[in-house]
Amino acid sequence: MSKGLRYVYPLLLGILAGSALADPEQDHKALTEHYRTLFPKLTLQDYADGVYAIDPGARQSWRAIEEFPPYEWALEEGKTLFSIPFSNGAHYADCLPNRGIGIAQLYPKWNSETGEVVTLAKALNDCRERNGETPLPYQKGEIASLLAYLASTSRGKALAIEIPDSDPRALAAYQAGKAFYYERRGQLNFSCATCHVQNAGKRLRSEVLSPSLGHTSHWPVYRLKWGETGTLHRRFAECLKQVRAESPGAQSAQFRNLEYFLSYIGNGIPINGPSIRK
Amino acid sequence: MTYSRRKFLHHATASGCYVIAACAGLMTPGQVFAEWAEDYFSPGKLEHTLDRLFAGADIADSAAISLNLPLIAEDGAVVPIKVASTLSDVESIAILVEKNPVPLAAIFTLSENTEPFVSAQLKMAETCDVITVIKAGDKLYSARQQVKVTIGGCGG
Amino acid sequence: MTKTKIRLNAKNGKTELKILIAHPMEHGRNRDPETQELIPAHFIKTLTVSQNGKTILSAQMAGSISKNPYFAFWLKGIANGDLIRVDWLDNQGLSGSAEQRLAEPS
Repeated sequence: MSKGLRYVYPLLLGILAGSALADPEQDHKALTEHYRTLFPKLTLQDYADGVYAIDPGARQSWRAIEEFPPYEWALEEGKTLFSIPFSNGAHYADCLPNRGIGIAQLYPKWNSETGEVVTLAKALNDCRERNGETPLPYQKGEIASLLAYLASTSRGKALAIEIPDSDPRALAAYQAGKAFYYERRGQLNFSCATCHVQNAGKRLRSEVLSPSLGHTSHWPVYRLKWGETGTLHRRFAECLKQVRAESPGAQSAQFRNLEYFLSYIGNGIPINGPSIRK
Repeated sequence: MTYSRRKFLHHATASGCYVIAACAGLMTPGQVFAEWAEDYFSPGKLEHTLDRLFAGADIADSAAISLNLPLIAEDGAVVPIKVASTLSDVESIAILVEKNPVPLAAIFTLSENTEPFVSAQLKMAETCDVITVIKAGDKLYSARQQVKVTIGGCGG
Repeated sequence: MTKTKIRLNAKNGKTELKILIAHPMEHGRNRDPETQELIPAHFIKTLTVSQNGKTILSAQMAGSISKNPYFAFWLKGIANGDLIRVDWLDNQGLSGSAEQRLAEPS
């Protein structure tokens, strides 16, 4: 090719890679390939274990704690809470497909009526509000227990997130989530990708950085640091704090779009929440 | 009596009020088995804790003890440990964390109905040795392993 | 919410007992992140395991055991139908227990 094109071509590729016009399936393929190069021995299913798929020492400790996991209480509470009717007699099960059983892998979903991404957490609170109940706080407590129970009914089911062709706003939400993921922010000027794509598998002080493939598959989590079960959005907020960035808040539009992007690229990875992490 | 006179005297010196309560008929003998010796759990150096526990008796390293601990703690607040032993007549298993302000994490008193095995989770303040001391057939044996406790990168 | 959970499993002539207890296990040296006040010590002091009312294991512990403590032991000489009970008492006088009869798989 001509001298001029030799310089333009890689630039063009670079623009396309970061372009909002890239296809989600291409993103999924590109990221899966990237991680396959980093971790050639892992199958797609292995990514459900997150960092424990690539750090054998940490994996041993994790399995030891899983012998009688402390998210048992969240599971127990969640099952009970899920069955208790609202003051008006309706149930959470009335608002969810298949009465809420075995559906966690389908979330987040695009809602064409309201024009937004609906995470499972938001679906629960929307259900509460429609039935005259006050919404639950999104980081811990009852919402985490409900999510723990619902995730447990989906254990082993592969993430199956859809971006409907019929509504271009769904793709736009996915692209917004992707942009958020790749955008540098905070005093430390890191993007999510800095740690979880470019440096996945490397150590940040004494810990191994986890890959983003399957990041949403194992929630909610009993995080040893929290000493209790908490939600994905609690962790998002914490991650932003760690890079000294401002957080838009749990279940904000930005976080829901981010979860939409992360879940979509994790399609095929089995749900194994609730889980334990450090 | 469900326990020997020797054990009774040992319990009496270790924690008076529980034994008095037992004598007063307020507690069953089963509960005397589980008294709590405050001086075992006083803050101090590892050596002083060992003295309080074992009154200066010799403690021999033993290969008949297996200690299962991570090399690097994921989180110093929850460090899983498994202690097992092929020694016979194991009476008690103690687990100590060398540099914790209170070095004794726990001491388990076994019986003929319990195998010499314990699985638990420890708090560790900093990188140091975790030590187990097992009393078997009136002798003391131990094993130890260092566990690194660090500040993680992800604010952990 | 069941504070004290136990799982009992007969395996190869022995019985595995797993215990999980919801307890803060505060050693008394932590400070509240907002008020900076010392959080008072609140930890399990003693734990006993009994077989049909007879103590077969006892433990003494304090704040160096993790929050929401987990323990596992291997018991022997436990017969089908035996009642295994776990009792604990903490430094603030609170207690808890759980019990289960061994049911061997047929």
